[in-house]
Amino acid sequence: MSDRRGWHRVWHVGDDVDTDALAPGAYMQHGVEVIAQHCLENTLPSFAEAARPGDIIIAGRNFGIGSSREQAAAALIHLGIAAVVAPSYGGLFFRNAFNLGLLLLTSQQTGLLLKQELVKPVGIGLTLHFASGLTLECEPVPDFLLRMARAGGLMASLKERKLRGDLPNG
Amino acid sequence: MKNAAQSLAQKLIARAAGRDTVAIGDIVTCKVDLAMFHDSSGPRRLAPMLKELGARIWDKSKVVLVMDHYVPARDKASRRIVAIARDWAREQELPHVYDSQGICHVVVPQHGHIRPGMFCVGGDSHSPTGGAFGAYMFGIGSTEMLGVLVTGDIWLRVPQTIAMHWSGRLSAGVCAKDMMLMMISRFGMNGADYQAVEFTGDAVRALPMQERMTLCNMSAELGAQTGLVAPDEVTRQWLASLETRPGSVYAQPAERYFASDPDSFNVRHDFDAGALSPQLAAPHSPAHGVAIAAHSDTRIDVAYIGACTGAKLDDLRFAAEVLEGKKIAAGVQLLVAPASVRDRALAETEGTLQKLIAAGATLLPSACGVCAGYGDAFAADQTVISSTARNFKGRMGPASTRVYLASAYTVAASALRGRITDPREVLA
Repeated sequence: MSDRRGWHRVWHVGDDVDTDALAPGAYMQHGVEVIAQHCLENTLPSFAEAARPGDIIIAGRNFGIGSSREQAAAALIHLGIAAVVAPSYGGLFFRNAFNLGLLLLTSQQTGLLLKQELVKPVGIGLTLHFASGLTLECEPVPDFLLRMARAGGLMASLKERKLRGDLPNG
Repeated sequence: MKNAAQSLAQKLIARAAGRDTVAIGDIVTCKVDLAMFHDSSGPRRLAPMLKELGARIWDKSKVVLVMDHYVPARDKASRRIVAIARDWAREQELPHVYDSQGICHVVVPQHGHIRPGMFCVGGDSHSPTGGAFGAYMFGIGSTEMLGVLVTGDIWLRVPQTIAMHWSGRLSAGVCAKDMMLMMISRFGMNGADYQAVEFTGDAVRALPMQERMTLCNMSAELGAQTGLVAPDEVTRQWLASLETRPGSVYAQPAERYFASDPDSFNVRHDFDAGALSPQLAAPHSPAHGVAIAAHSDTRIDVAYIGACTGAKLDDLRFAAEVLEGKKIAAGVQLLVAPASVRDRALAETEGTLQKLIAAGATLLPSACGVCAGYGDAFAADQTVISSTARNFKGRMGPASTRVYLASAYTVAASALRGRITDPREVLA
């Protein structure tokens, strides 16, 4: 890629990328900074080293199926991934991602995006703009989830509730 | 819509949300009756977040901690994780802690914590196992568990209910694990699309409690939020049997035996249990169903009976049925890690364990072990047949380890012959 200024890379993975591929069990005893170095190492060996903040992942169906380990989402956040786009997600991973502040976008059109290599910075909307000129309008996400993810995840909203005195046991 | 037919899942959610009924698609907030987590998803993640937040646990009597993933500790890092869990349990004065007693999904119901009518969350993806008792139970990540710990509630989008209706009776050598592998192969690993699955029909009613747990456990591999079996006399008797055992817990909310209203299922799939044969999932997906006959030349290095999915007392009995009075093939390792210390003790009392050992089985500690892939692993290039739930590439060993999934019957039969074997060939 000759000139990436102002653009971010698009990483492509196929169907059924599981949580164990995102956060391999053998490294689960470590912190996310170690786990992230092994993120997708069997699927996309260059990913962990070459991913840069602002990059996005375009995936096939069922991204994030498998375990409840939220390190799967945390590893992607650690590597600076701005969003994932897929036709469907593992339900547990979906909740975890928003709880940690990772934006998951849903689109049935990802199969048409296989040649897209560069994307504009992900904004607050649900539209992605690719360097080829193509734009992608993603499916709606419940408003409270979007707000939570943008505010930094569940921890941030719990801190707000704590400040408001809105937790049952202080 | 008022008075709309309500499924078991909807009734459980409505109770927890303090409503008469709930409509599919509604986003509701539910009060949590039980929050379970283990040494991996629990204290090492929760303790620092709780501290950062400066908040306290909403109700410690509703919290259960199980040390099962990093026990027995194998190295410095796992010792540290387990030590954090033990220290935090002491510091928080948690009343319900099960340390090295087996796998959470088996230990927790075995001590009476999960009762019909409850609304429960677990810090592990196989938490739908609790649905076997007519409770709504699902898995969440650690941050969301923190949310439950400090608020006592959790949001949920009311799911549709998919009925998996099994009529008839399973034949000899076929069990709940085969039912699940067949459904996962047919619908795919996300086929249930995070909706609720309810297992119904005569074949399900005829299943003992632990087999029902296997159905609900592997609802995770169907991509369901939860798996359910409506509680009945089998449930009642199983729970009553706990009362004669020491260490059981009774201080639970009043039990509610809900059942789905007629016409409350959104989707129904029908199956004939009598026509089901032993199932096999090839590497590297539980949905990769293949015919056993097509793999009868596949030699195995290891036969593994383990995990919450496949090493409960009933699974050990299935294996013993196949192995009694026989010896496993030379060069094959048969590893048995009973799902809980209690199941192991019961298997010993009745003689099941001795039959496995006499056949050449090696006993492993009652813990998640190789199934979790958190340190214990099979060797590179080994071919394994396993009664566990997941055979993702790289999970139970290096990427070159090939793991086939099957029932405890099929794993035991394959250990006897040294190659993948239909258990009906050796049970005859």
